Amino acid sequence: MTEPGTVIEINGPLVRARLPGIASGEQVRLGKQKLTGEVIGLDDDRALIQVYESTEMLRPGETVIPLGYPLSVELGPGLLGGIFDGIQRPLTNLREQAGDYIPRGLDVPALERDRPWAFIPNPDLKAGQEIRGGMVLGTVQETASTEHRILTPPGVHGELLELAAAGEYDLKQVIARVHTPLNGIQDLKLFHRWPVRIPRPYQKRDDGVAPLLTGQRILDTFFPLLKGGKGAIPGPFGAGKTMLQQQIARWTNADIVIYVGCGERGNELVDILDSFPELTDPYSGRSLMERTLLVANTSNMPVVAREASIYLGVTLAEYYRDQGHDVVMLADSTSRWAEALREVAGRLGQMPVEEGYPAYLASRLASFYERAGRVETLSGESGSVSLIGAVSPPGGDFSEPVTNHTKDIIQTFWALSKPLADARHYPSVSWTESFSDAVEAAARWWSENVDESWQEKRSLALNLLSRAEELARIINLVGAEALSPIQRWTVEMASLLREGLLQQNALDEVDSYCSPQKQFALLDLMIGLYQQGQALVKADVPVSALLALPLLSRARRSKNLYGNDQLDELHALGEEFRSQLEKLRQEYEEQNS
Amino acid sequence: MREKEYRYASAAHNGLLFLRGVPGVAFGDRVSIRDQRGQKRNGQVILSSDELVMVQILEGTDDLSLDDTWVRFLEAPFEMPLSPDILGRVFNGIGEPRDDRPPIVSRLRRNVNGQPINPIARAYPREFIQTGISAIDGLNSLVRGQKLPIFSGSGLPHNKLAAQIVRQSKLLGEESRFVVVFAAMGVSYADAQFFREDFESNGVLGNVVMFTNLADDPPIERLILPRTAMTAAEYLAFDLDLHVLVVLTDMTYYAEALREVATAKGDVPTRKGYPGYLYSDLAEIYERAGRVRERHGSITMVPVVSMPSDDITHPIPDLTGYITEGQIVLSRELNNQDLYPPVNIPPSLSRLMKDGIGKDDTREDHPRVANQLYAAYAKALEVRNLASIIGPDELPDLDRKYLQFADGFEQRFLAQGMDEDRSIIQTLNIAWELLSLLPGDVLSRVSEADLARYHHWNSNP
Repeated sequence: MTEPGTVIEINGPLVRARLPGIASGEQVRLGKQKLTGEVIGLDDDRALIQVYESTEMLRPGETVIPLGYPLSVELGPGLLGGIFDGIQRPLTNLREQAGDYIPRGLDVPALERDRPWAFIPNPDLKAGQEIRGGMVLGTVQETASTEHRILTPPGVHGELLELAAAGEYDLKQVIARVHTPLNGIQDLKLFHRWPVRIPRPYQKRDDGVAPLLTGQRILDTFFPLLKGGKGAIPGPFGAGKTMLQQQIARWTNADIVIYVGCGERGNELVDILDSFPELTDPYSGRSLMERTLLVANTSNMPVVAREASIYLGVTLAEYYRDQGHDVVMLADSTSRWAEALREVAGRLGQMPVEEGYPAYLASRLASFYERAGRVETLSGESGSVSLIGAVSPPGGDFSEPVTNHTKDIIQTFWALSKPLADARHYPSVSWTESFSDAVEAAARWWSENVDESWQEKRSLALNLLSRAEELARIINLVGAEALSPIQRWTVEMASLLREGLLQQNALDEVDSYCSPQKQFALLDLMIGLYQQGQALVKADVPVSALLALPLLSRARRSKNLYGNDQLDELHALGEEFRSQLEKLRQEYEEQNS
Repeated sequence: MREKEYRYASAAHNGLLFLRGVPGVAFGDRVSIRDQRGQKRNGQVILSSDELVMVQILEGTDDLSLDDTWVRFLEAPFEMPLSPDILGRVFNGIGEPRDDRPPIVSRLRRNVNGQPINPIARAYPREFIQTGISAIDGLNSLVRGQKLPIFSGSGLPHNKLAAQIVRQSKLLGEESRFVVVFAAMGVSYADAQFFREDFESNGVLGNVVMFTNLADDPPIERLILPRTAMTAAEYLAFDLDLHVLVVLTDMTYYAEALREVATAKGDVPTRKGYPGYLYSDLAEIYERAGRVRERHGSITMVPVVSMPSDDITHPIPDLTGYITEGQIVLSRELNNQDLYPPVNIPPSLSRLMKDGIGKDDTREDHPRVANQLYAAYAKALEVRNLASIIGPDELPDLDRKYLQFADGFEQRFLAQGMDEDRSIIQTLNIAWELLSLLPGDVLSRVSEADLARYHHWNSNP
């Protein structure tokens, strides 16, 4: 370990110190207050340090103590259900120790050392056997819904000397001993550390095959994201980014959800903390908090720790992926992370390129999102990390650097629209600006699991919406009266689709989560109505007669009227609509003949 | 405090004073400066190394002489003395009295920068505040502990609206009143006086703490002022268990002062010349509002942000909107029609509304009615647009009803007197009168039960 050094200069969160021999990336503690920082640059015997806490009252001449390891995270049981700050300090323990405000210089380990866990060793492992990084040493039940696999830390490779018997162990106890050719005998515990800026290794990458379902119709049915995919939610303030992210966190079919509040509001995290324990996971039937982990670095917390929080989140995600889970990490918001980069770059005097952002913005974004993916883990299982980042473009302008670079990297783009939000059409995902390049892969899943005609009906619906958009332009010029009956019907049906399908009320008990089966049933109902109506209009039935049917108003409300378990009723409704329209057609045929 | 006074200033410009060869000065330290005429100025260390110390001087560096400037480092950050006696007083940006009364004497002094509140210590705000203003209560409800700014423009009645909110705000079924922390940054004497008189005529002046830095006061002091004010607010709310309403006016002048200093320091400019840390800086102020678990008091915040050239995408309103829990946007168009309060409904929003309204808080139908009013008004504005092109006579029947709805909505729901204090039930009843102008089957945001109960077409067939 390097010798302690001294502070030379303090400029906000950046400190220069004399620290000969220190490595870039190493953690340090500064001054009497023991502030935590990270070396981000070296110049001869001088180190440039970014400090995760306010540097107020730090002075030149104070001591800097190197810690000998880079910013790393503790990985082991006890993470789920927890809430950590950007450098993985547990906020609950912090409050117990220090009260309602976060003081500086407090050093609290992320994982509770004394809590016992019931460990069951892997029956396939015997002493004398060769083990390597990623192999499962055993399991503990972390929460009722999640089995936590204790992994051999990546990089450890050697002969297993001893594996603990089944029983209760805490985090201080040794559960395995390995003889490694390089480092001699290594003691393994229930947890290990991993540097956050280095992606965890895996065997190989696989293509995504199954959609990450969210229960949100506009996402699942229209712009799907795959498990292991990368998605972005850009939108101006008030467009509903946070609400949509929370909906995804609530209803996604992932095993583990990691929610990173990065430079956002404190109250939003409280909302999750208050509501998630009460909500049930629709898949496991257990409390949602049991599969959720929160990283909170709110906007008023130090900006440098905000930069770290994203890496902390994705490393935690990779760790659960390595245990064979499907993980989704939500980052709200990546723009605040980029701004933290910009702030540090500015203080370093680096040349700004676009809107003050440093030249490496695009590559940092790309390498972050590249940590998403479906992989074969070191232990040979399949696991995935899906990354969904909110983007907060200044003034809602999608051509700004962060949105723009993100758009180049991700596969699914859920663009939020201010006009939709202003009309309280939520989720305000725009069907003209959003895209997904996972439709083909998702279609295979829908076709096998829900209905073969999914892809066809999805594109019929999108088609209808875009034609209605064109017609709206005509209406705005000359009024609706100028439309032909067929056009009129198209416009009305697009409006039905918008209200009855795309719009989804997160606060409505029935509508908040929509199963894939119900999503398809609603889509099918409306497309059926549209096509049959179109045939009637072509057969000269007046549009006004169609629009006067009370069934339209019922179709509009059917999303709220029928729950996920009432698919039969929904199908029956479709039948009823068909026979009503058929009756109408016959009436007009008789009149005309 | 260091005994020694230094006289080594090597440069002074744009509010910054540079000293060479003063070792071991703490970053953020408060500095006291004596100029050549013996006048005192205040400063803060913003960069420190053994070779160079940079001090930001709140009163500016105009006519400072380098040879005759005496600098003393106070070995403490900026602090605000706190006691219940601050109520009824007027202070400047650093907490010194401005009302010719003696300074506050108290052993309790707090660093004005505060500390970040631990997110898990927060209690989620969910208690409905009735402001008596339909545009707010009905559509953008304010809850206790929320930060809800007014986005305004020059010449719009944001001060009147803020004063009306202060005057009328109350919790349903509770008698306790709000105490007010009023922070004026860069506003005119007349504006500050308007609030003072309004507080006085309502007899609440004794429950108000004012912090003022007016348009002709030194601008750099504005950077400390909201922090000092929030330190006082935190003390009132979390030490004295009071419900505090903070009015910050005008955050745009605050941000301009920040830009002025950032430019002088040579910070990399981003949009419109504002520094990259404007977001974090604003958040340090706004996020101090809220509620804390197991504490009785609360801080509700109504900042006023004037939008330069009425541009909501300007960095100041834009970044504010990303931090606050919604916004009340004022409309020049409605104001020109002499409509008060001229709230521009579509872009206005309250994010915390959902948990503060409904069955146990206001009335069961409230969330859906608000949703429906938004949707119907959005549709009605589209129709109005169309009518201005093809003429109202060409419109279909339903569209003409929407036109009627739009007019009624603006004239009867939005518009109200400056002293008119409507109950939430009155507000909702007006809403249903207006929704009854439209046929029930286009009102898909309300439930069928709502229609049966409140829609006039159903009750009077």
